[in-house]
Order: sequence, then structure tokens, then C-alpha cells
Amino acid sequence: MRLLKIIGKRFSRNRLSVIGAVIVLLLITVSLLAPFISPYDPTAIDVYNVLSPPGKSHLLGTDDLGRDLLSRIIWGSRVSLKVGFVAVGIAIMIGIVIGSVAGFYGRRVDAILMRFVDIMLAFPTFFLILAVIAILEPNIFTIMAVIGVTSWMDVARLVRAEFLTLKERDFVDAARAIGINNTRLIFRHILPNALSPVFVAATFGVGGAILIESGLSFLGLGVQPPDPSWGNILTAGKDNIEIAWWLSLYPGLAILITVLSYNLVGEGLRDALDPRLWEAERD
Amino acid sequence: MIPLIFGITLITFIVIHLAPGSPVEVQTEMSLKVSAQAKENLKKLYGLDKPLHIQYVDWLKRFMKLDFGKSFVDGRKVIDKIIERIPITLTINILSLILIFLVAIPVGILSATRQYSLFDKLSTVFVFVGFSTPTFWLALLLMILFGVNMGILPISGIQSIDVSEMGPFDRLIDWIKHLIMPVGVSAFGGIAGLSRYSRSSMLEVIRQDYIKTAKAKGLPESVVVFRHAFRNALMPIVTILGLSVPGLIGGGVIFETIFAIPGMGQLFYSSTMSRDYPTIMGILVIGAILTLFGNLIADISYAMVDPRVRVRK
Repeated sequence: MRLLKIIGKRFSRNRLSVIGAVIVLLLITVSLLAPFISPYDPTAIDVYNVLSPPGKSHLLGTDDLGRDLLSRIIWGSRVSLKVGFVAVGIAIMIGIVIGSVAGFYGRRVDAILMRFVDIMLAFPTFFLILAVIAILEPNIFTIMAVIGVTSWMDVARLVRAEFLTLKERDFVDAARAIGINNTRLIFRHILPNALSPVFVAATFGVGGAILIESGLSFLGLGVQPPDPSWGNILTAGKDNIEIAWWLSLYPGLAILITVLSYNLVGEGLRDALDPRLWEAERD
Repeated sequence: MIPLIFGITLITFIVIHLAPGSPVEVQTEMSLKVSAQAKENLKKLYGLDKPLHIQYVDWLKRFMKLDFGKSFVDGRKVIDKIIERIPITLTINILSLILIFLVAIPVGILSATRQYSLFDKLSTVFVFVGFSTPTFWLALLLMILFGVNMGILPISGIQSIDVSEMGPFDRLIDWIKHLIMPVGVSAFGGIAGLSRYSRSSMLEVIRQDYIKTAKAKGLPESVVVFRHAFRNALMPIVTILGLSVPGLIGGGVIFETIFAIPGMGQLFYSSTMSRDYPTIMGILVIGAILTLFGNLIADISYAMVDPRVRVRK
């Protein structure tokens, strides 16, 4: 508990990170409350108000089918949130298993698994993702899975590095001495000590996953219309680029602010969790 | 590197064979008249009637000869389709690497030597915004600003329609005009990343004792910064530059599609849309190998800037 307090104190010292955290909470609230706060039905077509600029009745204007942009952006935040968290969840699980097994067992196992990581890293990420999507049906579930399966490598490397130092420590010998099996030793004893870089990577990962999702949806390979996602609203923005600037500006701002907030939180967490900076706090 | 290439081909092969329908069905699903016999023949043609591991070995053998088969879309050889796309993609990538290098490193050095100054704070803000900006959105905004509102830059393609009537000089200007936005957009994220990185790398070096010594013996600051600090800070920077190659190549899918640039990324996008598996496989492998080359070049330049690496070998 004391540790949490210290971390909280260190985190709150970074003003920008606190602002980021507040915006993240706000965005989560907005996406949970989407049905209640969005002024219009995000898929309701209104042929009399096609591409109307921002104004009183439509705060951020409408798209090429007369759908309210603000409502679509609010509902789109659900997509980003879901994709961000699920994709990162998948990436972390794979990364933790591969990283801890490689770090714990070392030698051949380590060499083989890390080669695998190198191979995965050699593919331009977007190429690999696109290839898988070409095979499967492009929808939100595919996207989550594909982003998760192609972005675990950093986590694996971080966890492995932690394991390499942690397994030499006395508590590991102590646990071995009382006859604990390896699985329990890895996941119950060593892993909890290796998690802080994972938390940081996860926070940055959410932002990254949101960026990739919006890019894929923009290309028409992600969330399919009429379901709104920030990326596919921008596709409409591109199609109407010469007449409707608002369709390009606002969804992108939403992406920028969201990703920026997650990155700021990640930065704050990194500083707050850095044990090298703790020594001074203890006195 | 050889085992890596082997692994790359294996993963590519596995990814493509995750496909629920075989390539034969993709090709024949449009025409219902294709008889079962004809399907069998097609399967034989692609070797799909053989067990998987033999298919892989066959594919690998053809891959050694750079034979990726023929495109489902237009029946042309995949390798020809890719090779004609490589120059423009490489040009844009190299230009943006140069741009990243030229902008990010001075920014990083300046922020490090003037830590917590106004410039440092501004560049930090830029870095965070740069990390968080979707490049395709940036491309859209630039297109609206320079292409639609100001009308000074073309928003698609790599040459104007009337390019054949231009003299060589105008042609060059035309080409540059078409490349400004794509190169800028593709370099944007890299500039943010690398300037942050060179800042912290520089800060690390500046704290060392030998920098204090150099300052103490009265050397001018510019000499300390560029001769003593910068050369040591450069090493990690070079590594990062090599690591950014896959991101640049992969990012090409988005900005090449937006700006209608006929490069590898755009080919990959259109192949994805038409489920042109042979082309997808080909680009996936070539893209990964280009990445490995990027890493190799980074390793070599690493040895060039760091004499210790050379000595060890």
C-alpha cells in the first residue's frame, strides 16, 4: 500500500500526466454514456442536411449522408476504447508468456524465442496486419486480434530482461528451496516483480493500437460503415476533402487528443515506476 | 541473417495458409461454371494437392529464384509488379530518412544543451503531439491546406498530366512538388521520435566526466558539443534510425494510398483489397528483407561511428 502511495504521489507531481489521466477518464465516461449524451442517432441518415457545416443544430456539422458528426465521434470513441484495451490485453498476455519463459529458462529456449521475436520485428507491422486482414473478414474483432498478435514483441523483450536479473535474486532460490514448481515460481513469484515496465508499455500500447485501428478503418480495412469509427469518418473526410473540412478536422483531433492523453499517462507512469528515482523518496 | 530470412518465409507461408478458402476458390468464386475437374486442375497447377510441408519447400525453392508466381489480378509476374514499385518507395523512404536525420538531430542537440529552455519545452510538446498524430490525418490536413485552399501543391500522384510537355528542369520541379507532402508526412513521426531520442542520448553523454574535463580546460562550447559529446551520442541514434525502417516501409501503405503514389505500399493495399495472395506473399517477404537490410546498414554504420565495435571484431 505504501508503495502505491509513493507511486501516486510521484505520478501526481507531473502535471501533464495528470491532465492526460483526467482526459482518459473523461473519454471512458463519454464512451460508456454514448447512448445518453449523443445528440442524434449516429447512423440516422438525413438527406435534407447533407454536408451541412458546423452550426447550431449540428455542432460539428454532418457527413455526406447527413449524419451528425458529433454523435458519430462520440460513438466512435467506443470503438477506439474497445480496440485499444482488448488489443493491448492480447499483446500483453502473449508478451508476458513468451518473455518470462525465455528469460526464466534461458539457453536454447531463450535463443529460439528471441529469434522468433526478431523475425516478427522484421516485418513492417502494417504489412503483416494487412496480410492477415486480407485473409480474414475485416471487422472490429479481427482488428483487435490482429493488432494484439502483431504487437507483443516489445512486452516480451521487457519481461525477458526483467526475468534475466530477477531470477538471480535470493528470493528465487528461497522459493526453489521450499520446492515450488517452475510454473508457480514464474507466475506467482517472479512475474509480479517484473510488471512495472509492462504497465508502462501497455499504456503506450493503447495509444498505438488506437492509431493503427484508425488507420485501418480509414483504409476501409477496419470497422465497416455504417458503424462509426474515427478512422472511417475520416474516409468520408477524404472523399469530400474539397468541400467539407470539418469531416477531416474533428475526428482526427479526437484521435490526436486520445492518443496524446494515453502517451502522457504512460510517460508519467514511467517516471513514477522508475525504481532508480525511488531511493530519494524513502527518506 | 539467413535463419531470419528462413523464419520470415515460414511465417509468411503460415499466414497465407490461414486463409479459410484456398486460392483456387478465390479465383473461381466469381464464375460458377467452373467444374470440379477444372478446380482439380487448378489445384494441381498451384501444387495445392500436396501436403503442406512439401508445398512450403516448393514455394521456398521458387522463392530462391525470386519467383513468387503470377498475380491473380492481371496475371503478371509478381516479382515484376514489385520491382517496378520499389524505386519510388525507396526514394521516398531515403528522402524521409535524410529529412528525419537533418531535422531531428539538431533539434535533439539543441534541446539537450539548453535543457528546460523555451526551445526545449516547445520541442517536447512537438514530440508528444508528433507521436500521437495519425499520419493519414496529417496528410489530409496538409492536402486541405496546401492543395485545396492555397492550391500550391498537387495532392496526388508523382507527376502532372502534362509532364511530357515540360523541359527537364520543370519536370524536376514538378516531381519535387509532388514529393514534398508525402516525404514530409512519412518523416513526421520519425522526426518526433528521433529528436526525443537524440535529446536523451545527448543528455546522457553531457553528464559524463570527460565533458566536464573538456569544459574545464576551457574549450569553446561548440567544440565540446560537436567533437566530444555529439560523436558519442550518435551511436544509439544510428541504431534507432535502422529500427525505424520497418515503420517507414509499413507506413507507406497509408500515405502512398492517400497521395496515390504508385509504390509498394499502394500495391500492397490494392492486393489486400483484391485478395491477391501471390502478390501479398511477395511483398511481405520483400518488405521484411528490406527491413533486414536496413538493420544491416544500421549495424555497419554503428561500427563506423563506434571504434570499439570494430576492435572487438
